[in-house]
Amino acid sequence: MSPAFLNFIEIFINGLMAGIMYSLVALGFVLIFKASGIFNFAQGVMALFAALTLVGLQTGQVPFSHLINAIFGTDIHDWGPGLPTVLAILLTMVVMIALAWVLEKFVLNHLINQEPIILFMATIGLAYFLEGFGDLMWGSDVKTLDVGLPSGGSFWWEDVTRAWAPEDADYWGMYIDKLDISATIIAVVLVTALSLFSQYTATGRALRAVADDHQAALSVGISLRKIWVIVWSIAGFVALVAGIMWGSKSGVQFSLSLIALKALPVLILGGFTSIPGAIVGGLIIGVGEKLAEAYIGPMVGGAIENWFAYVVALAFLLFRPQGLFGDRIIERI
Amino acid sequence: MLQTVDETAPILRINNIEVIYNHVVLVLKGVSLTVPRGGIVAILGANGAGKTTTLKAVSNLLKAERGEVTKGNIQFEGHEIQELSPSDLVKRGCIQVMEGRHCFGHLTVEENLMTGAYTRGDGRAKIQDDLEMVYTYFPRLKERRKSLAGYTSGGEQQMCAIGRALMSRPSTILLDEPSMGLAPQLVEEIFEIVKSLNENEGVSFLLAEQNTNIALRYATYGYILESGRIVLDGVASELRENEDVKEFYLGVGGEGRKSFRDVKHYKRRKRWLS
Repeated sequence: MSPAFLNFIEIFINGLMAGIMYSLVALGFVLIFKASGIFNFAQGVMALFAALTLVGLQTGQVPFSHLINAIFGTDIHDWGPGLPTVLAILLTMVVMIALAWVLEKFVLNHLINQEPIILFMATIGLAYFLEGFGDLMWGSDVKTLDVGLPSGGSFWWEDVTRAWAPEDADYWGMYIDKLDISATIIAVVLVTALSLFSQYTATGRALRAVADDHQAALSVGISLRKIWVIVWSIAGFVALVAGIMWGSKSGVQFSLSLIALKALPVLILGGFTSIPGAIVGGLIIGVGEKLAEAYIGPMVGGAIENWFAYVVALAFLLFRPQGLFGDRIIERI
Repeated sequence: MLQTVDETAPILRINNIEVIYNHVVLVLKGVSLTVPRGGIVAILGANGAGKTTTLKAVSNLLKAERGEVTKGNIQFEGHEIQELSPSDLVKRGCIQVMEGRHCFGHLTVEENLMTGAYTRGDGRAKIQDDLEMVYTYFPRLKERRKSLAGYTSGGEQQMCAIGRALMSRPSTILLDEPSMGLAPQLVEEIFEIVKSLNENEGVSFLLAEQNTNIALRYATYGYILESGRIVLDGVASELRENEDVKEFYLGVGGEGRKSFRDVKHYKRRKRWLS
């Protein structure tokens, strides 16, 4: 194989990997949108908050330490060596479930039957609240997150692929980050688990019923409030997974919340109501972005990666507004 | 101590309720009615008379539409139920089948039926038994169990909606406009099933219907609702013989009003409306 073709494969694979990371974020949006028709602007911040909490627990940070020190004149920062990773992840999940419960009780429950735009505004409010709250709780410094996932380039893959090129070619093998491979495996497991859950359990069936017809769900005795807590908890769990992956990759910092913006074109492409759509949409955006950067970029001076996804999304809006896999309205003829 | 249920007391009693939507629109202006245990009671009336609102006041689905009961009370099995959530009511055995079926279009017929059992906690085996029971009443649903409800016919969707309600093991079903948009033959079929459910399973029915003719043939008692008030009530067979009901709701001229000229205006309007 010629080095040019091998380069293409490398870019393609890296695009897929980047796409999976976008999909992880988009997934959280889809879950909430399907079940309650709310576009949750705070999904990105939820990922950030989950990652912050995880790091804090893992490293043994005292929550609200700045606040406590300011009020009581103390000087506390840590309470010990921190928790083992698994325990920290479980505790973070408990925090995310508590967040979902508080949110339902104090926000969503009071906005029942309001226009979608009002609920959307509420999630914007939530996003800023959570950003500030996370800051207050865990501090605003950039943190590194290490949950023990392998990272760095894979030498094995580099050696394998170097052999594919001709002996005399100036080719040094493909670069693939091991962290991206873990992300892919985790995403596959996550999506499989979610689809099994929604397909084969009574709660999953109730979730789909609510997504289909609120009123009818209410009439058969499904409690919307309970379902919303469940949905937001699952979205919190997905945010935690996204937070772990993005946090391990680029550090836990406030720009992490902006990954929500990257999920937007993915959603437009894949459809707001489809879980497979979020995955495929993410892959297309990821691959498209990387290929465009590599092959069109040099012609226009580079930096295509940042806006390419939005242009693709715009084109899709013109020709297929419901996205690739969005719900078609069932019409009988 | 177990509470003994008085078998002769009405299962559902609505006492002089007033319903207001959005704090301003008064829809029901003092409606009272009773459903005896094991009865089929029909609420009749034209569009916008308040039939659906009455049913939703009982099932407490009103709150989700910003409606509220401002006066009077509703008793189910002798207990006031205004403060209960729809989910609690379903658990107590009172479930509504909404107007326009409202099946879950993206779920299969069988999944639709299973959502009806959501509130039950008596185990998989019993739920499976009830699924078979529903299939014996609605053999058509069994044939179509694997297809998406959204792709089934109107009649099948109505059956699916009733079957779904049955899966909650109700003592009372509030059935809203089961005949809507269905061919006369299918309407007959659905009412036959309602009757046999009433006789064999002991389910009481409160049904809202525009199709006065068929409703009065199957119901034991009827109430006629006009712009939020009950204007007439009585045993179904008597209502059917009532001259006013005949003229206004059954489209049959009474004695002395047989001349074509007297009924012409009414008949013409009826044709456009129905």
